Amino acid sequence: MVLTLNHYLLLGAVLFSIGLYGALARRNAVAILMSIELMFNGVNVTLLGFSHFVDSAVPLLGQIFAIFIITVAAAEAAVGLAIIVAIYRDRKTVEVDEIDLMKW
Amino acid sequence: MTEVFSTIAFYVFGLVAVGGAVGMISSRRLVHSALFLVASFLGVAAIFLLARADFLAVVQLLIYAGAIMILMLFAIMLTPGQVERRRPGQWAQRLAAGLVSVAFLGVAGYTLLATRWPVAAGQPEQPTTETIGRVLLSSYVLPFEMASVLLLAAMVGAILIARED
Repeated sequence: MVLTLNHYLLLGAVLFSIGLYGALARRNAVAILMSIELMFNGVNVTLLGFSHFVDSAVPLLGQIFAIFIITVAAAEAAVGLAIIVAIYRDRKTVEVDEIDLMKW
Repeated sequence: MTEVFSTIAFYVFGLVAVGGAVGMISSRRLVHSALFLVASFLGVAAIFLLARADFLAVVQLLIYAGAIMILMLFAIMLTPGQVERRRPGQWAQRLAAGLVSVAFLGVAGYTLLATRWPVAAGQPEQPTTETIGRVLLSSYVLPFEMASVLLLAAMVGAILIARED
């Protein structure tokens, strides 16, 4: 019973897949954003596993990558939620299948 | 002994993370979804600690479980539809989404497990903050500065988009 790289890789893949399901199946735009955050988390778990178990020239390279992912996730959440609030003000809905102005 | 302990801890916190994620996608009340997502983030932070990433675990707590969840809760409060309604044709979308994500899990899981990674012995237990700070401000100083510009642009953009005019 030793922790291996595969533990981290599988946990990351499972979290990513659950987030993918949520992003595809939910209709509320806020719920879709939350699912995307979950996918970011899955990727971060994978990177942390690599950082811990795989040798690299730069020390802690995986953790540096994870920091940048968290930065971009924060920026994405702020802009995404601002867009959702703006869409709600304009269209009075945040259900993604009712936001169809630019749908072909 | 410590290895057995950390393996058990990994399974426990991994279960918390996955359970929170499943609760998040399956609960129809958005506030419940957000609370389940916090549970998932906490589990992931503990997993980070088990991978000897103390700095990342604290960042995860502060940014995800703190800042991003507060933003999400504000967005939930500011918009309607806090309980998702059932609709005709919903099962088809769910089925398609389930198929896609299971297929992704199969492909990604197989690829990740079949690849032979150059695994080394795990890193020694030591604080990571100093190393991260050194690397960020030497080899990765350009991406670091780009990240601050990105955050500034996102902040200005968010204010501009959400503002009532």
